[in-house]
Amino acid sequence: MKYCQGLYPIIRKENPAAEVYGLVILCPEIAAIAKCGQFVNIRIDGFTLRRPVSICEIDRQKGTLRIVFQIRGKGTDAMSLLNPGDLIDMVAPLGGRGFTLQEGANAIIIGGGIGNPPMLELAKFYGGNATVISGFRNAAAVILQEDFKSTGAKTFLCTNDGTAGEKGFVTDILGRELQTHTPDIICACGPMPMLKGVAAIAKEKGIRSEVSLEERMGCGVGGCLVCACRTVKDGEEIFAHVCKDGPVFDSKEVFPNE
Amino acid sequence: MNENRLETVFCGIKFKNPIIPASGTFGYGREYEEFYPLSSLGGISVKGTTGKRRNGNLPPRIAETPSGMLNSVGLQNPGIDSFIEKELPYLKTKNTVIIANIAGSTVSEYEEIAGKLDSTDVDMLEVNISCPNVKAGGAAFGVSCEGAGTITKIVRRATKKPVMMKLSPNVTDIASIAKACEAEGADAVSLINTLLGMRIDINIRRPILHNNVGGLSGPAVFPVAVRMVWQVANAVNIPVCGMGGVSSWEDAVEMMLAGASLIQVGAALFTDPMTPVKIIDGLEDYCRRQNTDLKDIVGTVKPW
Ligand SMILES: Cc1cc2nc3c(=O)[nH]c(=O)nc-3n(C[C@H](O)[C@H](O)[C@H](O)COP(=O)(O)OP(=O)(O)OC[C@H]3O[C@@H](n4cnc5c(N)ncnc54)[C@H](O)[C@@H]3O)c2cc1C
Ligand SMILES: Cc1cc2nc3c(=O)[nH]c(=O)nc-3n(C[C@H](O)[C@H](O)[C@H](O)COP(=O)(O)O)c2cc1C
Ligand code: FES
Repeated sequence: MKYCQGLYPIIRKENPAAEVYGLVILCPEIAAIAKCGQFVNIRIDGFTLRRPVSICEIDRQKGTLRIVFQIRGKGTDAMSLLNPGDLIDMVAPLGGRGFTLQEGANAIIIGGGIGNPPMLELAKFYGGNATVISGFRNAAAVILQEDFKSTGAKTFLCTNDGTAGEKGFVTDILGRELQTHTPDIICACGPMPMLKGVAAIAKEKGIRSEVSLEERMGCGVGGCLVCACRTVKDGEEIFAHVCKDGPVFDSKEVFPNE
Repeated sequence: MNENRLETVFCGIKFKNPIIPASGTFGYGREYEEFYPLSSLGGISVKGTTGKRRNGNLPPRIAETPSGMLNSVGLQNPGIDSFIEKELPYLKTKNTVIIANIAGSTVSEYEEIAGKLDSTDVDMLEVNISCPNVKAGGAAFGVSCEGAGTITKIVRRATKKPVMMKLSPNVTDIASIAKACEAEGADAVSLINTLLGMRIDINIRRPILHNNVGGLSGPAVFPVAVRMVWQVANAVNIPVCGMGGVSSWEDAVEMMLAGASLIQVGAALFTDPMTPVKIIDGLEDYCRRQNTDLKDIVGTVKPW
């Protein structure tokens, strides 16, 4: 693994939904080695801690990364004020384990809310072999639907209140899809209750599944041990670290009792 | 004239420069080797090691604060045997000084760990009697002269390696604790460990840290650390390793003027992993401009 740290130019900015921003960053040295499911750690002036944000898209040819984030507090608020032409201080690519990329396999890819961005690069990999299920609070929060469609994947959209797509939860659609076909792998990112639900369904059906987790971070590389996550591996309790052992984990390790 | 103006000798050990990543913020160095060669560092103070493996506290273990952060890791580590077997051989190939940071919940645990390290090739021991995140130990010894003296005496007896006692700032008179360590045979003291703090999430009305409280570090504690280094350096005749909020070469110089011969850098690594090498570069320039060897500035602040 190699980490880069530097100031990289922002070349594009988007605002796909209220309080959600996307940046395309020119960083060929990072784009060349970044893997699906990894993240970048962003320094913002005036803050001690960097902010981790998942990689949404990697374009090796152009040497760019795309990130999409939601304003959740003062740090992401300051990040939303960055503009094309500005430089962004990143440490990347981080994450010792991304999503498993299995050539020729069928995947169901699930994103909940701001857990959708990291699933785009994955959907691009599986293309026509993927089914993407996106869930949001309501129509105003919906992002990335055109991007998911253009990967060639079969796509489903749902919202909690039914203002866009179907009314309901991603787990409802997952359950329905599993009645008609069985994928080789299920991958998900989103709020913990959603991940737990996905893990339970995957376990019941005996399908391998991977989840991408969030935890508050210090170093982002595995040196400070603050980003602990309780996992169970071969019956043994292990406090793994989201930044280095993840952020993607086998769902059985994270939810051993589901 | 020495061509390496940053070189210093501390407890009889040669450091090519005085900059050391602080215990608990740098793991065993492996991760940071992806940024720069570990040989560029003066030394490495490794993650605090206990007698047996510890899982540490439940997350969240970190909270941001104005110009700083709280942590409540709770000494997660694989235990002394695993450290000696799996980490030390790797570290010893890195051509830098290896400082084993140790902690225990009982006097005999300190004794056991120090004894085990005595026959290894770690260069020196840093004895943590100041971890605020573990209920049953560490800090309980560091907050009284008797406790600090007792641990110093036990570790001193268990090893011939240089012993550096790491002091807690959560005390009324840090100089008297440093003196108690010196009296029982400590070769050096290091300070400061983190200051006990707390943050509350006002929306859910619960502490951010699962441990409720945690240790404050980063730039916010720097002036406190400088003051304590100065008080301790004036009170003892053994050398002082200073830390607490150092994030630039200017901070390092300031802490050395206050009396620190070595400097550890912790939280600043999270803001910028390149901090140690940037500090080393800055110190080289400073020595060139001031035409001085760095060790000659230690403790030279002229108080009013
Ligand atoms: C591996 C990983 C990938 C992520 N990917 C994305 C993404 O693609 N898009 C996106 O919008 N968000 C993502 N997040 C969440 C994002 O890091 C937080 O929303 C952000 O750190 C909040 O910062 P703030 O200053 O706005 O909020 P504040 O609440 O003011 O932040 C205070 C502190 O808590 C930390 N913190 C708060 N919430 C979180 C959280 N959910 N996860 C981790 N740390 C947190 C902050 O980093 C900061 O140190 C990711 C988190 C992780 C760990
Ligand atoms: C995440 C984290 C973990 C730490 N773990 C240890 C430890 O295991 N042993 C120890 O003696 N000090 C530990 N410390 C304290 C630091 O070594 C240092 O004394 C303190 O953070 C002050 O320096 P700073 O302001 O540069 O971070 C830890 C600090 C942090 C931030
Ligand atoms: S954030 Fe430091 S170990 Fe994960």
